[in-house]
Amino acid sequence: MAIARIHFRPRQVRTAIAAGLLLLAGLGVGGCARQPAELVVYSARNEQLIKPMFDRYTADTGMPVRFVTDDAGPLIERLGAEGNHSPADILMTVDAGELWHAADRGLLQPITSQPLTANIPASLRDPQNRWFGLSVRARTIVYSTERVKPDALSTYEALAGPQWKGKLCLRTSKKVYNQSLVAMLIVEHGEAPTEQIVKGWVANLATDVFSNDILLMEAIAAGQCDVGIVNTYYFGRLLRDKPALPIKLFWADQAANGVHVNISGAGVTTHAPHKEAAQKFLEWLSMPEAQALFAGLNLEYPANPAVSADPAVLAWGKFKPSGLNIAKAGELQADAVRLMDRAGYR
Amino acid sequence: MTTSAPSIQATAPRSFHAAHAWGAALAFLLCLPALLPLIVILSASVVPEVAVWSHLTRFVLPEVIANTIKLVVGVALLAGTLGTLLAWLTAMCEFPGRKFFDWALLLPLAIPAYVLAFVAVGFLDYAGPLPTWLRSVFGPGSWFPPIRSAGGTIIVLSLAMYPYVYLLARSAFLTQGRRALEAAQALGLSSSKATWRVALPMARPWITAGVALVCMETLADFGAVSVFNYNTFTTAIYRAWFGMFSVSAALELAGVLMIFVLLALALERRSRSAAHFASARDVTRDAPRLALGSWARWSALGAIVSVFVLAFVLPMTQLLYWAVEHAARDLDMRYVGFVARSLLLAGSAAVVVVAASVALAYTLRRNSTPLARSMARVATIGYAIPGTVLAIGILVPVIAVNNALQDVLKTWFGDSAPVLLLQSTLLTVLVAYLARFLAVGFNPVESGLQRVTHSIDEVAISLGVGGSALLRKVHVPLLRTSLATAATLVFVDVMKEMPITLITRPFGWDTLAVRVFEMTSEGEWERAALPAVAIVLVGLVPAALLTRRGAHVA
Repeated sequence: MAIARIHFRPRQVRTAIAAGLLLLAGLGVGGCARQPAELVVYSARNEQLIKPMFDRYTADTGMPVRFVTDDAGPLIERLGAEGNHSPADILMTVDAGELWHAADRGLLQPITSQPLTANIPASLRDPQNRWFGLSVRARTIVYSTERVKPDALSTYEALAGPQWKGKLCLRTSKKVYNQSLVAMLIVEHGEAPTEQIVKGWVANLATDVFSNDILLMEAIAAGQCDVGIVNTYYFGRLLRDKPALPIKLFWADQAANGVHVNISGAGVTTHAPHKEAAQKFLEWLSMPEAQALFAGLNLEYPANPAVSADPAVLAWGKFKPSGLNIAKAGELQADAVRLMDRAGYR
Repeated sequence: MTTSAPSIQATAPRSFHAAHAWGAALAFLLCLPALLPLIVILSASVVPEVAVWSHLTRFVLPEVIANTIKLVVGVALLAGTLGTLLAWLTAMCEFPGRKFFDWALLLPLAIPAYVLAFVAVGFLDYAGPLPTWLRSVFGPGSWFPPIRSAGGTIIVLSLAMYPYVYLLARSAFLTQGRRALEAAQALGLSSSKATWRVALPMARPWITAGVALVCMETLADFGAVSVFNYNTFTTAIYRAWFGMFSVSAALELAGVLMIFVLLALALERRSRSAAHFASARDVTRDAPRLALGSWARWSALGAIVSVFVLAFVLPMTQLLYWAVEHAARDLDMRYVGFVARSLLLAGSAAVVVVAASVALAYTLRRNSTPLARSMARVATIGYAIPGTVLAIGILVPVIAVNNALQDVLKTWFGDSAPVLLLQSTLLTVLVAYLARFLAVGFNPVESGLQRVTHSIDEVAISLGVGGSALLRKVHVPLLRTSLATAATLVFVDVMKEMPITLITRPFGWDTLAVRVFEMTSEGEWERAALPAVAIVLVGLVPAALLTRRGAHVA
């Protein structure tokens, strides 16, 4: 009887349910109802390397930027699961392979932008313009100035030679930077010759592979090995803390293909709620002022060739980067991982 | 129990039955978060990725299976021995500094295993200070055992994880009282024989529960083993996922891991299913502690001090050194927020998980069918699943629900529909923590509940104390140590947790563990020391409270 007297109109019921859901979401502090004008970034690049960029952009344009940081793997899974209801406008990673993977799964959309294609060289962006490199990270040879003459060094491939037996240090093959490096070697040489090179590296190892580049360089300095392969910004960071370390960078493969470079970059997501704003933000990031800051925060090289690197970075000298399109690193990453497994590169 | 059951039902108040049914429903609800990721994982395993699998079985799995078995057995033995021995000494014996170490031996719990691993490798690897010093004294060829090895990994993980066993075994020894030991000695057993034949067997459910936690965490660990570059089943899962972009192969591997864990747990269950562990419940604070001979006393103290120094003092010294170095640059007012959010998440997770554990343990106690028991097993397996896999396993169903609700809102309100984002709410964070840490709460509570005999319930019920009053007036006081143990473990574990917090936290909800992640993801380990030290300091709070509580009971 009591029930019959209460007539909810459907509209009221809906409003009530919606209010309930909002309350539920409200429990989560900020779990709902974003403002119309703001950007949401999923970033595998550290907070301390991106927050200053976002703050600057908000100060310049009034556009607020919200972000979540995590490893690229979980972020890409989340983006995929969220589908057309994802709040994310931009995915940012620290490796081209991950951007390739996201694009391959249809999570990034092509952007037609004159400033972006003009500012970012073709080898540092997706051939279909679904993602763009924003900073360049060179992965090259580091050596002990006490025990190695730079004349003895030449290419990544040469480190597989017998003269480096027991003198080479490498970082783990789990790190995506090495996976990308090997993928690019596959592009250059083909799979079987690359496997021989990697086997040669493994045979030359002075000790089990390291979990990061800093430990590797400290091992070279301490005399455990003589040469290794590292990202340049780790070198810069270590030398900033310990300037006396007897190690130096050598630009690999200058006579032929050039130094292997990777990127930290970003793309606009397929279902971006604020596509135009996201595109504007990427364009801004490719401009000189932002480029200097973006790369400088981590001692990387700007992706925009018109912008010069931080003085500390320039001091390492000029080099010729590889001109191969970095998208290949993603395409061949799984092959590279399998190859390294076969070669016993742990 | 079966013979007396009718009489209980005759005298039990009506609310008892209602509470019973509610308890079962609640327990099922509590298992749900943990079951969701399992469903995600198992559904992915239906279609095997043949190409990836043939590669893995040939080149990856032989190494990682052997490595994983070696690691889990090694850590279980070492952490189990350390934890039991130390708990035995502090709970049952008298030696100088006992009160301090009773509390202090818990502290390594607050140092995340990956942090301890990094400090150990930084200090003891070839380029580290100790081997460098040795080479400068004894010449460049002097040998030092490699820290990045199976042995080094086992030792470091054991030092990081022994507190799980210590805490549970301590709770067992404290609650079983020293009277049982006295009785055994009165019956003619020497004190060492009494220990082996009475005290240890009586503490077995606790020790096993602690070792089970250690094994599960070792299996799920990615951070610490990566520092040693020690390849395990978990690193293989991440390799398939991140390296080969094969989520399904990764989930299939996770499925195999889970089946393995479930089998191991079932075997352990069976091996002690015939035994009962109810004690005579003399919570004794007056029985004298074992007097150790002077040799035994000093060697006990020596063992305790060396574990404490290796697992806590040395790593903390290194961390503090780094933290002070970077504090000027990194320490600012934001840390107030990091600490507050860490505290809030860890505190509320402790409440939620312990409450869930109690509900689950009670349902099992009253309704111990094979189905209920296996459901509880499955619900607690989240602790053995690699963190990122579990996080995604929770996230995918939550997002599915969110999107379905969002579609409904869209059809109702069109473009003015409010935007839902359930996947990054505190609610989801807590649900995911429940899935991950239920074992951490459940194991101590379940062990503790074995101390509460059914005859106690019967007496209470016959006196008219039933339902929630039974829980409140009789069981909670009896279970106090177990509950406090469970809450401490969950609290500290959540403080250290990364993958779930990272992917489900609301925008801007950075915690101390998130700070550690930000620094370590690009190798800035020394800068990570500051948030790591903060984690330890905040983790001290419950440890201190717990031992005060434990001392009160003992």
